Amino acid sequence: MTSESMGWWGVLLGVSAGAVRGGTPFLLVSLGECLTEKSGKINLGLEGTLLMGAMSAYAFSYKTGSPWIGVIAAGIAGALMGAVHAFLVTRPKVNDIAAGIAMLIFGSGLAFFLGKPYIQPSAPQLSPISLGGWSDTAQIQAALKISPIFFLGAGIAFAMNWFFRSTRAGMHVRAVGDSPAAARALGISVERTRILSIVAGSALAGVGGAHLSLFYPGAWTEAISSGQGLMAVALVIFSRWNPVHCLYASLVFGGAQAVGPALQAVGVSTGYYLWNASPYILTLLVMVATCSPKRTLVGAPGALGASS
Amino acid sequence: MLIPPPPARPEKPLPLELVKITKRFGSFVANNEISLSVPPGTFHALLGENGAGKSTLVKCIMGFHQASEGDILIGGHSRSIKSPYDAYQFGIGMVYQHFTLVPAMTVAENLVLSRPDIPRVIDWKMEMARLRKFMETAPFQVDLLTPASQLAAGEKQKVEILKQLYLDTKFLILDEPTSVLTPVEADEVLGLIRKKVESGLLSVLLITHKFREVFGFCDEITVLRRGQFAGRGLVRDMTADQMAEMMMGGPRESKTVSKSSSNRGKAALNLKDLWADKDSGVPAVEGVSLTVHEGEVVGIAGVSGNGQRELVEVLAGQRTSTSGEVNIHGQPYRATREEAFAHKVFLLPEEPLRNGCVPQMSVAENMALRSFDRAPMTRAKCFINRKAIRQNAVEMISRYSVKTRSPETPIGDLSGGNVQRAVLARELGSGSENILVAANPCFGLDFAAVASIHAKITEARNRGVAVLLVSEDLDELLALSDRLLVISHGKLVYETIPAEADIKTIGHHMAGH
Ligand SMILES: Nc1ncnc2c1ncn2[C@@H]1O[C@H](COP(=O)(O)OP(=O)(O)OP(=O)(O)O)[C@@H](O)[C@H]1O
Ligand SMILES: [Mg+2]
Repeated sequence: MTSESMGWWGVLLGVSAGAVRGGTPFLLVSLGECLTEKSGKINLGLEGTLLMGAMSAYAFSYKTGSPWIGVIAAGIAGALMGAVHAFLVTRPKVNDIAAGIAMLIFGSGLAFFLGKPYIQPSAPQLSPISLGGWSDTAQIQAALKISPIFFLGAGIAFAMNWFFRSTRAGMHVRAVGDSPAAARALGISVERTRILSIVAGSALAGVGGAHLSLFYPGAWTEAISSGQGLMAVALVIFSRWNPVHCLYASLVFGGAQAVGPALQAVGVSTGYYLWNASPYILTLLVMVATCSPKRTLVGAPGALGASS
Repeated sequence: MLIPPPPARPEKPLPLELVKITKRFGSFVANNEISLSVPPGTFHALLGENGAGKSTLVKCIMGFHQASEGDILIGGHSRSIKSPYDAYQFGIGMVYQHFTLVPAMTVAENLVLSRPDIPRVIDWKMEMARLRKFMETAPFQVDLLTPASQLAAGEKQKVEILKQLYLDTKFLILDEPTSVLTPVEADEVLGLIRKKVESGLLSVLLITHKFREVFGFCDEITVLRRGQFAGRGLVRDMTADQMAEMMMGGPRESKTVSKSSSNRGKAALNLKDLWADKDSGVPAVEGVSLTVHEGEVVGIAGVSGNGQRELVEVLAGQRTSTSGEVNIHGQPYRATREEAFAHKVFLLPEEPLRNGCVPQMSVAENMALRSFDRAPMTRAKCFINRKAIRQNAVEMISRYSVKTRSPETPIGDLSGGNVQRAVLARELGSGSENILVAANPCFGLDFAAVASIHAKITEARNRGVAVLLVSEDLDELLALSDRLLVISHGKLVYETIPAEADIKTIGHHMAGH
């Protein structure tokens, strides 16, 4: 069977496969942003971090022949980017948004600069985890070849939820993000907690980049990310700073991205570009639908983005 | 109480001594060579005007601030306390003047979080069981699963005190803990603490502005004035006037404005069957109807958490009502900036730093929040006139004796009482109000300031202003109101006239019987 013969089932299958494949970078970046924002700081630079992660993963996978070393390198590259951002935003009077935009531009520039030599060669890819063995339809088998990074991210989403609720460190992060004054009175170091949250969050975004260059689309090019890093920020907001909701929202976004190509595969090409814009339209719609003048966003860290 | 203290922590209070503590903020000296000694098992009061440096001094003991000079002796040894964790290890705990609960966390989470020795991974089942058991012996009850942001001021204060009992603190510092409790609640809390002190299990350092509490519960006092040591003495040897003189550096002058005979005018503020929800969507105000006439003070008494906060928030425009009407001079009022300006409605909210200020903005800017967009503070409808804002602030600061280093200081750096004064200056300073809504206006003010605010409110009433006074201080309500209403579970349940009021009956209705 081809996509055409599967008809609308093919579209559905394409969208679901795309949800997981395309949703994975959203997932990792939004989890990273979620952790960062829970501590009261915003990191708009995760788009740059994502690119640095993608480039490092590809380069290290190529050099060492092991894609998993690439993944680890992506995490470390992300953490280093995070360390720079953390250093900047914990200085007095530094605005997170401005620092984040600077880091975004710096990160993408650095990734393109260092990544130039790796555009041509092909690096070993992450091998997918196949869940489609039960089916003899090629499309289903292909759709169920899932990135190991997705499972990693999904696991982290649930783990992070538990971390915020049931660990000392997680409670400290929430306290620092919601009321730094209260945290200080409890003897929690606001600065240290924030630095660690930003660094760990950036490492996650870096790993998200590894999925881009080592799984899907699976090459290192300068056009590898189309703003996933920035949209993840919006995604965190309407996930209400809940990591498990980040998982669901990432799937919705990933799926929305795949609507255009899936429709094209069955021969519907009207409004192709409009369909491609659907994640962005979705962002706007959800934002409008969920805002309320009556109450502040439930779950929003009280001190998010406030100076000092 | 139920949690066995870690072996390193003292089983009993240790003597604590401060030797020549000096604390500077930049070039400003908040404490200058203050010495103070609290023997174990005693109840010590720290007194002084707003801004005298009391909170700063105790924050040095807690490791929240580091003293610039001087020594802290615990059990006779000089100790360095670098953070509240260190203080905890010495068995020292504090109830701060500004709340230190994390708003988004539940009461249970806040209590657990406060323990520095919580395990890395929290077993919530066990912790909840432990907390429930602790609550059985607790002097007051608060729902463990309510987020702190939904508690009224009085309830938050109770949680703060519960926190210290839960931590099994041996040396307890209380920074104005009773300012939001009713007198009955305050006596209950302090009485309970006093009992522990008498049995030698606790030492207490209490900061308060209420002489009643000093005479009722304390053994010894130390007085600060403008960052300097101003005297000490045993409570049993002193009179209130002597203490006041130490605090002010001169004899106590009382300026009371007496209420003019009733000159009640037409109805000004009218609420009709007003309903409003808490953040959680549960009704908090349930069908409140009342009328405040010109030249009348209507008092609303009640235990905190019975809907007063939400009621005031509706009048402030911070919360939308779910049904019912608010009318001012017969016209519907939705508390927009324009309407508030047109009807000259002014408001003193509770917790002014949170509800009425932008903490990072300067005192001058905060004082201009009502009028910055109008002449003379704005020229040609769009250019802010900084000079006018500053001039206004300078005048207000001296008229309301706000102690601040300059009009440019961020308002969040002011002492608790001075934040209150700054907001008062903004709301009452123009002298043009028609309607005044005040919620706990004397929260945390020293006695001189309380007297002057009471005088200002009475003066406003005599001028024909309609005043709605929501307070948890019954004495204040009895002294100021013309009519007194009692709110319980969101409903007005009782009305009386202060002259004929019977405290017992009021208490009965407040308790919801
Ligand atoms: N972090 C800070 N930075 C600068 N100045 C400060 C800071 N904290 C307090 N001050 C100043 O120190 C002085 C003493 O403040 P403190 O809070 O100790 O007063 P207080 O005696 O507790 O008064 P109140 O009864 O009003 O609470 C005030 O003038 C205040 O403006
Ligand atoms: Mg104070």
